[in-house]
Amino acid sequence: MENGNTLQISSSPHFHCGETTPKIMWSVVVCLVPAAVWGVYNFGLKSLLVLLVSIGAATGTEFLITALQKKKSTLFDGSAFLTGLLVGFNMPPAVPGFIPILASVFAIALVKHSFGGLGRNWMNPALAGRVFAMFCWTGEMTTWSAPLSSPDAFTGATPLALGTEKFLGTGSYLDLFLGRISGCIGEVSALFLLLGTIYLFIKKIITWEIPVSYIGSFTILTFIFGGIPEGHGIFSGDIFFHLLSGGLILGAFYMATDMVTSPLTWKGMLIFGTGCGFFTFLIRIFGGFPEGVSLAIILMNIFVPLINRCTKPLKFGLVKENKK
Amino acid sequence: MNEFKTFPQGGIHPREFKVYTKDIPIRNAHIPSIALIPMHQHMGKPAECIVQKGDTLREEMLIGRATGYFSANIHSPIPGTVTDIREMYLPAGLKSTVVVAELAGEFDRAGKSSQKKDWDNLSPKELIDKIADKGIVGLGGATFPAHIKYTLKEGIRLEYFIVNGVECEPYLTADHRLMLEKTEEIIEGIRIIKKILSPENIIIGIEENKPDAISVMERTILDRKLDIEVVRLKTKYPQGDEKQLLKSITGREVPSGGLPLDIGSVVSNVGTVFAIYEAIVYEKPLIERIVTVTGSIIKNPGNFKVRIGTKIGELIEECNGLYELMVKIIAGGPMMGFAVHDLDTPVTKGMSGIIALSRKEVPSWRETACLRCGRCIRVCPLSLNPTRLFKLIEHRQFEEAEKNGLFDCKECGCCGYACPAKLPLVQGMRLGKLMAKKKAK
Repeated sequence: MENGNTLQISSSPHFHCGETTPKIMWSVVVCLVPAAVWGVYNFGLKSLLVLLVSIGAATGTEFLITALQKKKSTLFDGSAFLTGLLVGFNMPPAVPGFIPILASVFAIALVKHSFGGLGRNWMNPALAGRVFAMFCWTGEMTTWSAPLSSPDAFTGATPLALGTEKFLGTGSYLDLFLGRISGCIGEVSALFLLLGTIYLFIKKIITWEIPVSYIGSFTILTFIFGGIPEGHGIFSGDIFFHLLSGGLILGAFYMATDMVTSPLTWKGMLIFGTGCGFFTFLIRIFGGFPEGVSLAIILMNIFVPLINRCTKPLKFGLVKENKK
Repeated sequence: MNEFKTFPQGGIHPREFKVYTKDIPIRNAHIPSIALIPMHQHMGKPAECIVQKGDTLREEMLIGRATGYFSANIHSPIPGTVTDIREMYLPAGLKSTVVVAELAGEFDRAGKSSQKKDWDNLSPKELIDKIADKGIVGLGGATFPAHIKYTLKEGIRLEYFIVNGVECEPYLTADHRLMLEKTEEIIEGIRIIKKILSPENIIIGIEENKPDAISVMERTILDRKLDIEVVRLKTKYPQGDEKQLLKSITGREVPSGGLPLDIGSVVSNVGTVFAIYEAIVYEKPLIERIVTVTGSIIKNPGNFKVRIGTKIGELIEECNGLYELMVKIIAGGPMMGFAVHDLDTPVTKGMSGIIALSRKEVPSWRETACLRCGRCIRVCPLSLNPTRLFKLIEHRQFEEAEKNGLFDCKECGCCGYACPAKLPLVQGMRLGKLMAKKKAK
């Protein structure tokens, strides 16, 4: 003790749970790997290129911006990598290379850093990047490749674009579940996406509120009204088709649960998730686009500050009467 | 058996590390050759030093007199002479007058058998006076002067007297050992307090990670046919805080800014109850307490009966030293205790443990931006919004922070423990409270 050893001083608590921002970000990245592998298997090496280009553009932008601001580089916290990966997940496999690059740059530079960087953005950067690309290059963003895993599938159309009956003419629910369909690189395989979420739940990186309320509200609404556009009555919506197609699983488990852009309390999360489900349903079933997950989540992102304000937890000790 | 109770909102489950010392009986630490006795060891005003340099001290002699009502007496832990009176910083960052005493002369009590005093014919008022006289304060850590806590206003109906045997902080086992080894004495102490307060119910709350303490307490109560209930609690930090404990046991919430008395309850730590027993039955002032000295790098960790004023460094040496270099010493528990900067820091009345941590065990502190993950809100036992408070304090909006419950925060550390961005949330709250008070002046 008397050998000149200095003692550290800091404020309590002197314990920490060990969970850190980089750990959380990299865990999510790892959980997305199975789905990414499936995407590459399903659509070929060109999709790997899309993923790499998106990640490269996102991390590069992050690096440049922090360097220009002379801030400590935040590259290793993994958040830019994750954003890039998710942008790539949301791209069609045959998209021209410049689109994922611009989408990633948009996501990192405009959506994230113009508001102050990690934790300050009010909109999910990856989704914003996708929606930005969607509106700028609608043609390229809706040109789909046939899945290599299912050669006799329809080329050039996602299940949602085809509609329930037309898709089920040749494909099956199992195709949807496994991901033997066309679509964006990362969104097709419900199985592999769900596999990744097991770890996220175990590590409590995501909690049940948003996915359950999102999928729950969407399922109920789709079951009741989902059959109407196809000429059926109410209570005839094809739940499984809608749950397993498009970006719903990716959106509900990985995008809507983004900590930065979702509410703070469990009550708020339930409201947020329900809202996401409602808007996804509205856009998908009655809207002009076949898919509505991205727009629905972004729309609900806007409401987050309001939701937070309305769901402030009641402070301990404010209960007026005490039960006898 | 009834089910385990706990509080509903928030809380965490840190690793316990109690295994180092929970089976090691309390032993007497060496009497210090030099004792440093601070005059400010309790909540409220510091005691007034009534000795001077060169004075001869007797064991248990009054050396610091309570100043006014909200204060407590300080007694000399050793016989000897006052060699110095100086100012010193205590772990909490508090500056206090410290009496430096050097051991000399004869002990009045130590080594001799003491006579038990009969207290049955003392009135509650006399008992409280005695407790005040002996300088008893809450030994759980808050060091609230006991005589103030037990002085009830006329006409108040006290429904619950709760004995806190929770000890929810990791590492610490001082209360646990005390319950095992001094069961009879604690029960007797409870009877004394029962006479003072005449509560309708007496409950001892113990967490389920101390099954031996639960059973020994239950058995003793049964043997003596007393009307005391032992409530088993689910292990969860910070259940040892009186607000959480009351919520767990009675289901009631102490009003914001209020005291347990507002919901008809008084809570005392088992250590305090034992000190009261000794003060009344043996007329012994509070000059020693049980301290857990522990940590993975300490060769012989243990629970010690330590004289107030013993240097922390000496206590660590008494554990036969260390396996590895220590980089942090905590006075108290790891969640709410204070890092010590000086091995000459004395043990005070509120210090329940000394924990030595190695480099590996001290988390490196690389902050990132707040992710707004809401974990701090989920774990806050008081349903506050730590991240919002932190931001308000950063932006110096103290009034707004106060409106959001800044002063309700007890700095239990759950938010800091859970924060993945490693924001110094508790430090922020402390700073905020300080600045808000300053601004209000």
